[in-house]
Amino acid sequence: MFYKSEKDTIAAISTAVSDSGIGIVRISGEKAIEIADKVYLGKNNKRLISQRTHTIHYGYIVDNGTIIDEVLVMIMKGPKSFTGEDTIEINCHGGVYVVNRVLEIVIRNGARPAEPGEFTKRAFLNGRIDLSQAEAVIDVIQSENEYALQSSVNQLRGSIKNKISDVRKKILYQTAFIESALDDPEHISVDGYGEQLKEVLLELMGEIQKMIDSASDGKVIKEGIQTVILGKPNVGKSSLLNALIGEDRAIVTDIAGTTRDVLQEHIRLKGISLNIMDTAGIRKTDDVIEKIGVDKAINHAKESDLIIYIVDSSIPLDSNEFNTLQLLKEKKSIILLNKSDLTSAVQIDDIVTEYLVHNDNVEEFNIPVIEISAKTGQGIEELEQTIRDMFYHGKISFNSEIYITNMRHKKALMQAYESLAKVMQSIDLMMPEDFYSIDLMDAYESLGSIIGESMGEDLVNEIFSKFCMGK
Amino acid sequence: MKFSANSVWENKDYYDVAVIGAGHAGCEAALACARLGFHTVVFTVSVDSIALMPCNPNIGGSSKGHLVREVDALGGEMGKVIDKTFIQSKMLNKSKGPAVHSLRAQADKANYSRVMRQVLENQERLDIRQQEVVHILTENQKVTGVQTFSGGIYSCKAVILCTGTYLKARCIYGEVSMNTGPNGLQAANYLTDSLKQLGIKMYRFKTGTPARIDKKSIDFSKMEEQFGDERVIPFSFTTNPEDVQIEQASCWLTYTNEDTHNIIRNNLERSPLFSGMIEGTGPRYCPSIEDKVVKFADKERHQVFIEPEGLETNEMYIGGMSSSLPEDVQYAMYRTVPGLENVKIVRNAYAIEYDCIDARQLKPTLEFKTIDGLFSGGQFNGSSGYEEAAAQGLIAGINAVRKLKGMDGIILDRSEGYIGVLIDDLVTKESHEPYRMMTSRAEYRLLLRQDNADQRLTKIGYDIGLISEERYERFITKMKYIDSEIERLSHVYVGTGEEVQKLLRNYGSTALVSGISLRELVSRPELSYSVLSEIDEERPEFPQDLKDEIEEQVNIRIKYEGYIHRQLRQVEHFKKLENKLIPDDIDYDSVKSLRIEAVQKLKELRPVSIGQASRISGVSPADISVLLVYLGGKE
Repeated sequence: MFYKSEKDTIAAISTAVSDSGIGIVRISGEKAIEIADKVYLGKNNKRLISQRTHTIHYGYIVDNGTIIDEVLVMIMKGPKSFTGEDTIEINCHGGVYVVNRVLEIVIRNGARPAEPGEFTKRAFLNGRIDLSQAEAVIDVIQSENEYALQSSVNQLRGSIKNKISDVRKKILYQTAFIESALDDPEHISVDGYGEQLKEVLLELMGEIQKMIDSASDGKVIKEGIQTVILGKPNVGKSSLLNALIGEDRAIVTDIAGTTRDVLQEHIRLKGISLNIMDTAGIRKTDDVIEKIGVDKAINHAKESDLIIYIVDSSIPLDSNEFNTLQLLKEKKSIILLNKSDLTSAVQIDDIVTEYLVHNDNVEEFNIPVIEISAKTGQGIEELEQTIRDMFYHGKISFNSEIYITNMRHKKALMQAYESLAKVMQSIDLMMPEDFYSIDLMDAYESLGSIIGESMGEDLVNEIFSKFCMGK
Repeated sequence: MKFSANSVWENKDYYDVAVIGAGHAGCEAALACARLGFHTVVFTVSVDSIALMPCNPNIGGSSKGHLVREVDALGGEMGKVIDKTFIQSKMLNKSKGPAVHSLRAQADKANYSRVMRQVLENQERLDIRQQEVVHILTENQKVTGVQTFSGGIYSCKAVILCTGTYLKARCIYGEVSMNTGPNGLQAANYLTDSLKQLGIKMYRFKTGTPARIDKKSIDFSKMEEQFGDERVIPFSFTTNPEDVQIEQASCWLTYTNEDTHNIIRNNLERSPLFSGMIEGTGPRYCPSIEDKVVKFADKERHQVFIEPEGLETNEMYIGGMSSSLPEDVQYAMYRTVPGLENVKIVRNAYAIEYDCIDARQLKPTLEFKTIDGLFSGGQFNGSSGYEEAAAQGLIAGINAVRKLKGMDGIILDRSEGYIGVLIDDLVTKESHEPYRMMTSRAEYRLLLRQDNADQRLTKIGYDIGLISEERYERFITKMKYIDSEIERLSHVYVGTGEEVQKLLRNYGSTALVSGISLRELVSRPELSYSVLSEIDEERPEFPQDLKDEIEEQVNIRIKYEGYIHRQLRQVEHFKKLENKLIPDDIDYDSVKSLRIEAVQKLKELRPVSIGQASRISGVSPADISVLLVYLGGKE
């Protein structure tokens, strides 16, 4: 297991990412002010280090001579700050993209991305939070951590994860070879192995560099609350989406099963970013193409931050709905009873009963249920208000964490790259082979931290399974 | 035969500690207790098998050599005895970094056993009893004594279990199965039940050994002779290097071939492993030849080392070909190997199964968590190897004494020694095979070198009371020489004179353009402390018996300074978590927000520190953060 030092200076976006335009990047630790000075350009070139505590300064964040944003910087010297350490808060104005950019620059200048709940943890460990709040702190650490892990796994599903596993596997094999030779020098020889290893290293460093580059492109960065609209075919999902965006983008027909793929819309709901995905209706189907759409819908729902689930209140509930109700258990969700303009066959009570029947171990129902008519627009405002309330009360996850997770990934990739570069250096310096393994395993650990895997007994297992040991 | 049939009587001799077993763990445990002033009795099924080496005829090897040196630095006996009884010695990995240099010596087995036995016999306060212990006696989960097969009750305050591979031992080859310990010695068949009654969870492990063959029947002309090192380095820091420059015996290298492999493949179904007759879990690092042939099918040949068992015997050990195949197959298989065409087997190869414990029931002091005063060490704890056993025996002995003195136990951590890594792994991680030490298990191996074991542990051994005043003084002197020599090299500058440039040219080193300190020259990869002696006119004279060691230390410290510093910084961070102790009475159920899996694992293992907790599989970094905050709040 790999532990981050409690002495490092850490940074993160400390506001929820929203479209309000203002976002705060918080830096905390011994080097907070020093780092801020590296990226901040004030009037008359004034330095933050020479300013008094609890003062606010106007200026710019500059990256390699380019102005990134116009900002207000607040200085709070320890112990009179939230964490008890020197703290800098940079108030950015340029929207989501710019806040992320500022964080990245801060990290490049010596801060490391904060772990989930780390500001709170430091505040506690430095005696800034009352003992009675300790339990709440513990909850924050654990829940934020789960969230961060969850979101990082979501992002990594697919090619990036495979790529990282692949690179790790190769590193492990090389290390195991060296180690088996050291353990059993009379059976296995690594003499002159350096040159051979160099070729592998070049290839691996190339792979890692590619991943670092793609992270810089922002390809893995998603903004906004991932919201998925679920429901049986023809319950009015597309109509709802249209009502929310105000234009006919989704295909709305009376034929069940027309939205076969996933439509995505980015909308702003009074300052909050939502990525809304309209999905194929969920029902059991034999149509191959429709089935693909249904599977996609379920996958998107599992990875989402919020599920809006629409029930056609004019038709009684059936088994398709029961399945969906089970999906809701793990997620923040809102249930809509649509077609309130027609005769009602489903009441709120029916939903509550079926939800409890189909979710074992769940004793209470706490999902908001709203009656709407996507056609007439009735209830839409209440829906918007509900989403806002959930967001501001922190019930919907703070999307900034996803970005931080990415920053951590990038940092870990860079560390892995550096470790492999050190191996190259050791080879060039003609260091003995046992020195290679130290940096190889560092790279292995860094990459593992991205996909949530620690080293454990991997090396020993690899040695025994790949190389024939003596005696 | 039942032990209850024997009439019970009370032995009135006074003992503080009873050690059960006199193998490599038992010998160290018993010596440590007696030397630290406590009356000790060591039980063995046969006095003739004290410090027996029932498998390979060597001490040391990669990472095991480190263990022997650490045992020696703490005041143990193994290093001294092998220095007196080795017949060949090699420093392995000499062309690699100093962290993986490792001593390995061929032992004269009988002589090793005899010399160790003499040390035990001559030790004050130590008695040897040839008796099988069948019962651990306790009152309120506290040790009160032991009972032997013949009915004798020996009262004592601490017991150290070092039963090795003897508990319910069974030796197997082919369809032949005998309920004996190694080498046909009597197994200990009753103690397991007594331990189970105490609530101790047992495992069943397996290991094996190759055949011993008659030297007269070997054609050495078809083998490659393997010599020892020209200059032998002793294991013990107390041995004068001049005393180990002896005439050495040779080992011999030969190989298996396709014929060997075919015989094995064709007879696999007759192996007790494949037929299911053996249930125990065998070690992956020491596979039988049939395992190797099956698992690494594409390898055309495997190395075979023919090693003498001693100077006064014709028996030779076939390293690399342990087996549990039937006797007739063994003959056929060995006789396909070049040089062994007419080989005569003296003792068959066999697999051995035995009872041992899940060592996670132990504290890092090697005392059972649930039974006061009961300690254990060696193969009984699920390890393998003579050296691993000796290391644990020594620590168990030291801690049994400290327990009786009311002192805290000695726990070496993973940054202090291989012993620390070994014990931490054993008591923290679940293992399904006998545990063997490896350098890759040590995360700080650049610091845990065999050459600096004394620097890491002599002070600890001295404080414990196993290192004499004289030896400690000598160690301090050595350290002073090293420090002042490094200091001197930092301040002695050489210029661009012809003599210097010539030396640099000779070693392919870049010529100087300005003055440079000798220290900087030593740090160049192509140079070393010793080659620079020509241009180092003021180099001081060191005492003859310390000279090699001092020069080596100066060289290593300067050359690998950067790497060593890096690891020291990592250790600093590691220590923080190790030093955050978890109170014995912590109620994990009341720690909110720990994941259920973590609570179960923590309750089961009850780690002593946050550091140990972080190494339990199933406990996540977030759980550790939660624990840190919880403990912070409790302060």
